[in-house]
Amino acid sequence: MSLATLLLLADGRLPSGGHAHSAGLEAQVSAGRVRSVADLDGFLRGKLATSALVSAAFAAAACAAPAAFAGLDAGLDARTPSPALRKASRAQGRALLRAGRAMWPVAAIGREPHQPVALGALASAAGLSPHEAAVAAAHGTITGSASAAVRLLGLDPYAVHALLARLAPECDRIAELAAARSGDPVDELPAAGAPLLDIGAEHHATWEVRLFAS
Amino acid sequence: MHPEPQHPEPQHPEPQHSEPQHLEPHEHGPDEVPHTHPDPGVDPHAPLHSGPRALRVGIGGPVGSGKTALVAALCRALGEQLRLAVVTNDIYTTEDADFLLRNGVLPAERIRAVETGCCPHTAIRDDISANLDAVEDLESSLGPLDLVLVESGGDNLTATFSKGLIDRQIFVIDVSGGDKVPRKGGPGVTTADLLVINKTDLAPLVNADLSVMERDAKARRHELPTVFLSLAEDRAAAPVADWIRGLVAAREHGREL
Ligand SMILES: Nc1nc2c(ncn2[C@@H]2O[C@H](COP(=O)(O)OP(=O)(O)OP(=O)(O)O)[C@@H](O)[C@H]2O)c(=O)[nH]1
Ligand SMILES: [Mg+2]
Repeated sequence: MSLATLLLLADGRLPSGGHAHSAGLEAQVSAGRVRSVADLDGFLRGKLATSALVSAAFAAAACAAPAAFAGLDAGLDARTPSPALRKASRAQGRALLRAGRAMWPVAAIGREPHQPVALGALASAAGLSPHEAAVAAAHGTITGSASAAVRLLGLDPYAVHALLARLAPECDRIAELAAARSGDPVDELPAAGAPLLDIGAEHHATWEVRLFAS
Repeated sequence: MHPEPQHPEPQHPEPQHSEPQHLEPHEHGPDEVPHTHPDPGVDPHAPLHSGPRALRVGIGGPVGSGKTALVAALCRALGEQLRLAVVTNDIYTTEDADFLLRNGVLPAERIRAVETGCCPHTAIRDDISANLDAVEDLESSLGPLDLVLVESGGDNLTATFSKGLIDRQIFVIDVSGGDKVPRKGGPGVTTADLLVINKTDLAPLVNADLSVMERDAKARRHELPTVFLSLAEDRAAAPVADWIRGLVAAREHGREL
């Protein structure tokens, strides 16, 4: 393993399109459900238990077996009922793949894979383990929304980072859970969902003025 | 965790496998779902486009300086001669497209909007992926293009485009912010390949001295060109359209920009 390589993959400055996505936060902010650091805490814990767990498991599985990308990709489609969120995930997968190909020889996994599949394939190409892919996925899920919260709500960036530090052990735990299942058949991988975020994403996609792509 | 990188080499099929691997029977583990993987390491998708790609010109500058008005003028001036398309980065996702549609200068399928997550400069400089994907999508849906204009969201004087996204950039300021703007400099004014000082028709109303602006722009930009424009009067942005025609011609003749 190369710790510095893992940090590169998890760095928010990686030009992989993430900055334009709030992972559902913009819709919830507009609905008045997230206004403060305390609300963000709840939002991120929910993300860790649902989409972060799913993303981490699929990233770990794709890292373990990049050639099985098609089945994993279909598995994520099945776990993503909102077409807007499917589109957002594929757009981010494509962008991540673009960045990854500039850095490592990434296996062919299609032009627009789901983001966790792309992340797993990149991790594999970079010589990282499925567990490391899972950590990067879970970490990316919450740091992306947290950064969007700072921009959307003007929250104190120190308070938000203090929250992320408090969530780090939970993030590690989710990644471990996910990685432990990376060898499971696709149908048995985690499938936790958040219906309110699915609905929010569908509304968000119809807005005329939006700051984030999702 | 792996002690060593697992894939130090590109994942191309090894030359010793002379027969196509995907036709060979192969084992699937009991826990696998049915799937196909014809040729790991070979991208099954056709390349997006062949031949030289379109010239990409970035149009940046502060909010309201006339970027969209310039895009519209260029579509009017060049739309007949060049195969062109536009990428916008406005927070109002349909505003710019609507404007271009309303003015009859560009059909909807030639315009793509990109969201920038509150950071218009990030989308054109630090993480250009969404803009690159939009350009590629336009090229793959419309066929080969000669010119793609990328309008940035209105930003401040420090916002410039990455060379990874565009070939040349135009920075648009206007006189209504006062004649001090070129003197302030900043990367947009100082380094853009073309500086456009727009709304000269308003100069008398805001007491902006164009000769001061010209002198300061020259001092900041040395040999780089600056043009004065009133898009309210010159609806085809003649000097800018000529500048772009020159770039397109240079590329056609295989000259490096
Ligand atoms: N008087 C005058 N008005 C102009 C001129 N050029 C543009 N405008 C007006 O200025 C306003 C802003 O122009 P836009 O082209 O939308 O400016 P923009 O830079 O695209 O603005 P953002 O995308 O919002 O940053 C519009 O009302 C235009 O009609 C000009 O040369 N003279
Ligand atoms: Mg505009």
